Amino acid sequence: MWDCRMSLSRFLSIIAIFGFCLFPAVAGAQGMDDAKLTSLVQALAGDNFDETSTAVSGLAKSAAPRAAAILNALSAGDLYVSKADRSVFIGMRDGSDYAATDPLSGAKLPPVPRNTAEKIKVNNRLRRDIAAAIGGLTLMSGDAAERRSAAEAILKNRDPDSIALLDQALSSEKDAGIKLLMQRAKAAAVLNSSAPDDMKIAAIAEIKSGNGREALGLLTPLAGVEGPVGQAASAAISSINAELEIWNGIQNVIYGLSLGSVLLLAAIGLAITFGVMGVINMAHGEMVMIGAYTTFVVQQIIRTSMPGLSEYSLLLALPAAFLVSGAIGVVIERGIIRFLYGRPLETLLATWGISLVLQQATRSWFGASNVQVGSPSWMSGSFDAGMLTLTWSRLWIIVFALSVFAVLQLVLKKTMLGLRMRAVTQNRRMASSMGIRTPWVDALTFGLGSGIAGIAGVALSQIANVSPNLGQGYIIDSFMVVVFGGVGNLWGTLVGAMSLGIANKFLEPFAGAVLGKILVLVLIILFIQKRPRGLFALKGRAIEA
Amino acid sequence: MFSLTARFIGTFAAAAMGATLALAPAKAAEDTIKVGILHSLSGTMAISETTLKDTMLFLIDEQNKKGGVLGKKLEAVVVDPASDWPLFAEKARQLIEQDKVAAVFGCWTSSSRKSVLPVFEELNSLLFYPVQYEGEESSRNVFYTGAAPNQQAIPAVDYLAKQEGVERWVLAGTDYVYPQTTNKILKAYLNAKGVKDEDIMINYTPFGHSDWQTIVSDIKKFGSAGKKTAVVSTINGDANVPFYKELANQGIKAEDIPVVAFSVGEEELAGLDTKPLVGHLAAWNYFESVDSDANAEFIKKWHAYIKNDKRVTNDPMEATFIGFNMWVKAVEAAGTTKSDAVIDSIVGVSVPNLSGGYAAMMPNHHITKPVLIGEVQADGQFDIVYRTPGLVVGDEWSDYLPGSKDLISDWRKPLSCGNFNVVTGKCGGATKTN
Repeated sequence: MWDCRMSLSRFLSIIAIFGFCLFPAVAGAQGMDDAKLTSLVQALAGDNFDETSTAVSGLAKSAAPRAAAILNALSAGDLYVSKADRSVFIGMRDGSDYAATDPLSGAKLPPVPRNTAEKIKVNNRLRRDIAAAIGGLTLMSGDAAERRSAAEAILKNRDPDSIALLDQALSSEKDAGIKLLMQRAKAAAVLNSSAPDDMKIAAIAEIKSGNGREALGLLTPLAGVEGPVGQAASAAISSINAELEIWNGIQNVIYGLSLGSVLLLAAIGLAITFGVMGVINMAHGEMVMIGAYTTFVVQQIIRTSMPGLSEYSLLLALPAAFLVSGAIGVVIERGIIRFLYGRPLETLLATWGISLVLQQATRSWFGASNVQVGSPSWMSGSFDAGMLTLTWSRLWIIVFALSVFAVLQLVLKKTMLGLRMRAVTQNRRMASSMGIRTPWVDALTFGLGSGIAGIAGVALSQIANVSPNLGQGYIIDSFMVVVFGGVGNLWGTLVGAMSLGIANKFLEPFAGAVLGKILVLVLIILFIQKRPRGLFALKGRAIEA
Repeated sequence: MFSLTARFIGTFAAAAMGATLALAPAKAAEDTIKVGILHSLSGTMAISETTLKDTMLFLIDEQNKKGGVLGKKLEAVVVDPASDWPLFAEKARQLIEQDKVAAVFGCWTSSSRKSVLPVFEELNSLLFYPVQYEGEESSRNVFYTGAAPNQQAIPAVDYLAKQEGVERWVLAGTDYVYPQTTNKILKAYLNAKGVKDEDIMINYTPFGHSDWQTIVSDIKKFGSAGKKTAVVSTINGDANVPFYKELANQGIKAEDIPVVAFSVGEEELAGLDTKPLVGHLAAWNYFESVDSDANAEFIKKWHAYIKNDKRVTNDPMEATFIGFNMWVKAVEAAGTTKSDAVIDSIVGVSVPNLSGGYAAMMPNHHITKPVLIGEVQADGQFDIVYRTPGLVVGDEWSDYLPGSKDLISDWRKPLSCGNFNVVTGKCGGATKTN
């Protein structure tokens, strides 16, 4: 019942738009008179979503010059209704008032106090209707972005009545990308219509060339149809599925690398404090957490004092997180751990205690709930590569993890500090008698490991919760990676993290996330039984010392 | 080894903290009624439970301004069970035996409730439990002021099926008792409504799961079968933020695949940029955006008490508010804080809720609630898009599970039974753990 009315009104709206487009001068005269438009706008504030939806299609049908603007405002939640006289206006929050605009004329109205008006609510279904209505209104718009989203809305909505409109838009469209989208939208609408079979089969071919997942969604309902259309659809589905199978494998590898780089980031600091120095540092996760909170503080400062820099706040947070976590690491080493060298059990207990203290301190300082760390625009959203959807944040984290690894290698291999660190870990007494101040090297090494953990916190703030518990979630995984990769070897950590990540992602699709994780742990236990020193065991006398 | 040491230190730290907090207000012990607050202030659950501790202190403060209860001031005894389930039982015992509290308000996870349940039954004390849970339980000593599955999950699924035309369902949850039981009920309910097994995907993840790439892409795959798909999420706590971030990043919009969550409220959204999430849903019995005088006053007083007008309110806070007021009213009606008298007088007690109506304690120790469905807005609040026409009575034994559909609970005399089988006419005992 409701659907019939919708499609009828769509049909009328198309006729109205045609009129509007072909004879703009006459359209005003043909369009509805102001009183009728006003009552339509009033009806947007109906008692339930059905009434609002009817008013939306009525408004789209009217082709009033401001219809798209009004519908946009409704969809964005900027349309309000006064509680007293039920008049509708576009409002912007302005202190305790709304700065009001008349929806039809666009003229400024006197401000309305906030408590005398209420927002006109929209739900998902209404938002879809609005998008389709706006799509019909803006398909011929001068703005390419508007045309693109109009075509996308029709592609989603698959309304057969929009075929004629799309044909017209296609004939004048210059942008190749939008043209392709419109063709696909038209094909989707054709499949949804009662067009003859040969048109539908052509449409299936058109859709098959598009995005795999989307095509599957459009074609699956057709597969059961009798006759050539159903056969063509089934054939298209099986060829898409075969292709998706291959892409699935690639996707697992990429997701695995992404999980692996998160593990690498979390573990690489530990690879220094535990792997190189041999300190069982249970407070390692809290260094990551402190890094994430530093990112939060840096963002807060930038937001209040230098809003222009907020896109780069993460880059500024990197050195800050390194310094804060590193400094805390040095303090912990000088204050506690140096008294416990050679006593692993006591070190474990003490650092676990430190981790609890740091967690609770953060909790009392920042509160127990999550804090919000924003993502810059270059790290949000995704892009399609073939049939894969890759998210920018994950991609940047892979790049970032590998660069941190490279820089750390450089520091260890090419700098004086790195040389001394390696000397002290290989033979402490010899290094000491060569004039190296081993206590300082210890402190700096621990600081370096902690600082790197802090940097990891900056990256993890983009994909995880920033809460006092952040570190706890990563401490077990970090130890797992370092032990699996081989204690004392950074390359081992890299290979260990990546192989654990990929193994996890290949197990997950058929074993499930819970069983997958258990399987990985079992495999590691078996592996450690066989090779107790991990993938890349250090050889030589240093180990026995 | 690791976890043993961990627990040892955790216990030690928590005990020290509990002791200091409990010792602080020890003055004038004779003239006060003690109320126990059993919420984790450290560990994983602190993120959710700390707010409820603050809420209780706020409610006690308000009540004392009104002259207390039975002419005596209330005194809060706060302990920290540190998100450690066995410690909950220990701390509950300490509250009842040593501190002699009249009632305890606390617990969040079902695991913690199951851990303290035998203690409350053995020592015959009162527990007010303010969080939505999976049902399948009714105890003489526990009052469930959060939602049962029929007060949250089932109306939400109905809304999606009716308003959004959803035909394919992803039931995604954290791997523990609440999501598993809720999903079992939902699956039975959907099957009864004619949804086939191939249109239901059930997925569990570990606590604190942070890598959602595969699962979100699986949801996308499941949703591309030409039928309208929705996700029903019982994902708990910390795992939600990475889940929603991944959804937003992979471009799943609420218009395409809406997610309705039962454990995500205003507090959980505080750590998220909600602009890409507009339109995803949550089902609760209260939202901060509820337009009522009672709610406006509650929020105003809460902000004044906590001295921070950015602090949000949420559903478990309302459940705490209702439970506390019910206890006060029942104690006043009974004229004593003795457990047996309060258990007898509380059934039928009715107090205002925050959404402009009343909540009544039913004989099964569950309460009546309106069910609200809200959509996430860009400002981190929810817009209420649906509200049940009347109040819904909490149904402790689900009508959709074969083992429990014949059971009822009625704690009034003479029946006084938590799982009475209406077919066999027998009471199966006071508790049944699943």
